[in-house]
Amino acid sequence: MTTVDHGYQRRKWANRIMLGLTGTAAGLAVLALALILGYTVVHGIAYMNLSFLTNAARPVGETGGGMRNEIFGTLLLVALGSILALPVGLMVGIFLSEFASPRTATAVRFAADILAGVPSIVVGVFAYAIVVRPLHSYSAFSAGVALAIIMVPIVARTAEEALRLVPNSMREAALALGITRWRAVLGVVMPGALTGVVTGIMLAIARIVGETAPLIFTAFGSYFGVKGVFEPIGALPLQIFQYALSPYKDLQQQAWAGAFLLIVMVLGISLGVRWLSQRRRM
Amino acid sequence: MAISYNLVNDEIQCKPKEHVVNLEDNKGILDVQNLSAWYGNTLAIKHISMSIKSQAITAIIGPSGCGKSTFIRCLNRMHEVSHGGRVEGCVLLDGKDMYAGEVDPVVIRRRIGMVFQKPTPFPTMSVFDNVVAGLRLTRFWSRRWELEEVVERSLRRAALWDEVKDKINQSGASLSGGQQQRLCIARAIAVEPEIILLDEPCSALDPTATLKIEDLMRNLAQEYTIVIVTHNMQQAARVSDMAAFFLMDSDRAGMLIEYGKTSQISTNPADKRTEDYITGRFG
Repeated sequence: MTTVDHGYQRRKWANRIMLGLTGTAAGLAVLALALILGYTVVHGIAYMNLSFLTNAARPVGETGGGMRNEIFGTLLLVALGSILALPVGLMVGIFLSEFASPRTATAVRFAADILAGVPSIVVGVFAYAIVVRPLHSYSAFSAGVALAIIMVPIVARTAEEALRLVPNSMREAALALGITRWRAVLGVVMPGALTGVVTGIMLAIARIVGETAPLIFTAFGSYFGVKGVFEPIGALPLQIFQYALSPYKDLQQQAWAGAFLLIVMVLGISLGVRWLSQRRRM
Repeated sequence: MAISYNLVNDEIQCKPKEHVVNLEDNKGILDVQNLSAWYGNTLAIKHISMSIKSQAITAIIGPSGCGKSTFIRCLNRMHEVSHGGRVEGCVLLDGKDMYAGEVDPVVIRRRIGMVFQKPTPFPTMSVFDNVVAGLRLTRFWSRRWELEEVVERSLRRAALWDEVKDKINQSGASLSGGQQQRLCIARAIAVEPEIILLDEPCSALDPTATLKIEDLMRNLAQEYTIVIVTHNMQQAARVSDMAAFFLMDSDRAGMLIEYGKTSQISTNPADKRTEDYITGRFG
């Protein structure tokens, strides 16, 4: 070669460096996840035993304490949040996809996206102001309201995306049979979007399972187990928080076990979501 | 008195044809008067007037893009479902304007069924559920044995019963293209319309399936009024009794050029443009 193309060599190296950088960044992200999971698993699995899952909390120094009540508490809060959030979220999703004019849809979508970005502690303080103060008590119901507010935008946006994927020809075929809009959506469009909608619901649940900040102002935690919907209630993330900050080794070990359980729940839901969306490939 | 759907253009008045209504038969009689349709601000078809013959097959023919599909969608109020769809003029069903303010489009669509170009069985439902979808979703009862009767009747009329009677609980999407289209026809028949509109029903199908559907249409025409859009002149000649020739005008809006018996139009058309199209000089 009589003419040397310096530019070419430079571009080749720039290419290699960029590829290397992007690969390193990906590696770092995976490494971070691996470290979190690994650390929690290693510490938590040592202290995870049957008594942890089936016993209530015991005083410090007593062996065999567990987080049974808090596990029930988390499940109850997830259920409450879902009961409040799912109808609203699904209807918003249906509205955005089927009935809204483009301008209204943009405005509602914008509002939903902003709501999704509100810090969860702010949602907790808001729920304190509108539910805890009027009811004069901390309650599972107020925590349900706070968690529902967090869930609604997630459910609404994923439901909307899933409904949009249903082809228009399906809607027209339903309308041409003389079916009213609403029944066409419920009977034809929604079943076609079911996988996506369920995915959205599971993602929202995975999100709220680990939320702690809103629970501080609403559920508050309880020494007395699950007493009722309108009473304070303990939950897994709250208890982990309390035990981790305590000076007692025994409680700290239980906190690790609780963190491990929390990770298992969220991971389980996320893997379930992936399995579900791969299974129903039409 | 029926009045124009679009209040901007007050001169267009519909003339309800009370004297033509045959109330004993109640076979839907369609009358189109001065129909124009827009998509947003674009005029798609203009000033179409014709009378659809009852219990016969009317073919809407013409080159692509001349508004045939738009026209047929105006006949059962599906045009307004499209983005920006707007209609002026009247379509009289049994003498009453279906675009009058108080008329519910859902009722119109139950009396005038439609089959689309691409077969669209509902994929999450079985063959059985597909056929009765129109019934289940418009009423609240659904006693299984009554529905089974309807399913068998509709599938027989759509010439599909023998082929699917063993797989009636399988997904609607598991059938072949031609079977899916016949399933859509069965679904449309199940709600017992008076008029069936078919928008190029065979263009996505192979020749064998096409012939089956053409036979099916001739059988259906003994009971229903059928309007079919086709860009295939030979299919129109094979199947239809009346033919309407549409053509795009210089302002890119579709117009009705000629309307008459198919035998007449295909052998001795009155308008030169019709003749050019039929003999294949364009289109």
